[in-house]
Amino acid sequence: MKETQVVIVGGGPAGLAAGIEIAKSGGQVTVLDENKKPGGQLFKQIHKFFGSREHLAGTRGYEIGTKLLEETKELGVDVILDAPVYGIFEGKTVVYSKDGKQHQIKGDKIILATGATENTLAFPGSDLPGVMGAGAAQTMINVNRVLPGKKVLMVGSGNVGLIVSYQLMQAGADVVGLVEAAPNVSGYGVHASKISRGGVPIYTSHTVKRAMGDGEVSKVEICELDERFQMIEGTEKILDVDTICIAVGLSPMSEIAWTIGCDFTFIPTFGGHVPKHNENMESTISGIYVSGDISGVEEASSAMEEGRLAGIAASESLGLYSEEKAKELKGQVWNRLNTLRDGEFGEKRKQSKNVQISRYMEDANE
Amino acid sequence: MRVVNHPILGEEERKEYVTIYYNGKPLNAMAGETIAATLMSAGIRKFRKTPKYKRDRGVYCGIGRCTDCVMVVNGKPNVRTCVTPVEEGMSVETQIGYGKGEE
Repeated sequence: MKETQVVIVGGGPAGLAAGIEIAKSGGQVTVLDENKKPGGQLFKQIHKFFGSREHLAGTRGYEIGTKLLEETKELGVDVILDAPVYGIFEGKTVVYSKDGKQHQIKGDKIILATGATENTLAFPGSDLPGVMGAGAAQTMINVNRVLPGKKVLMVGSGNVGLIVSYQLMQAGADVVGLVEAAPNVSGYGVHASKISRGGVPIYTSHTVKRAMGDGEVSKVEICELDERFQMIEGTEKILDVDTICIAVGLSPMSEIAWTIGCDFTFIPTFGGHVPKHNENMESTISGIYVSGDISGVEEASSAMEEGRLAGIAASESLGLYSEEKAKELKGQVWNRLNTLRDGEFGEKRKQSKNVQISRYMEDANE
Repeated sequence: MRVVNHPILGEEERKEYVTIYYNGKPLNAMAGETIAATLMSAGIRKFRKTPKYKRDRGVYCGIGRCTDCVMVVNGKPNVRTCVTPVEEGMSVETQIGYGKGEE
């Protein structure tokens, strides 16, 4: 069986950043990813990132992805692609499939950076072709450069719904409207203004009643909601659309963490059940770290920082960094993470992260 | 419905094409792209029929998670078309149910 110091499950922003930190400290690291290309979802993000300069603010997601891949190559991080991981056994033996065969790799430490998956919404006709995740539409236009439809209804006004609406317009689609169940837009105002300026009506306190069409979407019925989120009869409107994009949040992809027995805690801000972890991103199982969306759904910038944190902490516990050096490096990452979790939108995430860590500490002190 | 000109990504630079067969019909596919991308560029969105009610399904997640876009590829059922690249001469067929033939 192949052995290495650290095995990372997932080659997105968190996993690659973790791999880079381990390689920088002189550690041996292997990154496993189920996709044929590394970078996770960074390559469909054609918008400029927010934050400060050290977070590469103003840089587009795919450019950040390219930088990460270059750094990974320079440092000689071993990346195995097209290799879905389906379990971790006997402590730290990671089992994956590659070329139709089963393979195993044993790590002294493991970092789970498996990301998240889009939520869905059930309504009559929600299974019709033409109803798809907003992320799927984003992949189609920005990675494959194919329009999933000409007339689109977006459901959900979080940042994903707003950004993907704008990017659909950039790709040449007609965004017929955006529906939001809450009375207010939930994403950033700048993104909402951009699509409003583009002429997209934003229907707050509205929902999808049903999707219609013979074998695929050709129309959608929307209606108003009262303050208790109940549909108001008589307010129905039928819109001509061929595509309905669902942007109603993401859930951490945590199956592996569950199966190996990590302790979880429920934090709605982070997309539901997330593994408890300490300030080193270490889960309740010693030597198993989590980072990125699996540890709480945020965005790519914080995923990369959490990956760095897990990487530095893993290197420290392998003796590759002195306690002092590691403290300095981790402190720098925490400072950047705190900046990212600043402001009106970040504050809630900062508090949630503190709760997540304090719940780990409560257990540790028992 | 390909995005040829894009304000951020620029003009389409890929030029190499391959041919795949969708239910026997030849389709022009861009080399290296996914099967789902080729089909959607040709306006095809019905990828399979569900086992029980034979309802049409297509791409939902587009990143290999939901398996709603599976089709019979080169005779093999349950291939996730959203993460499988096209290859010259590839046969792609609508999957009926579990893809084991008439059901």
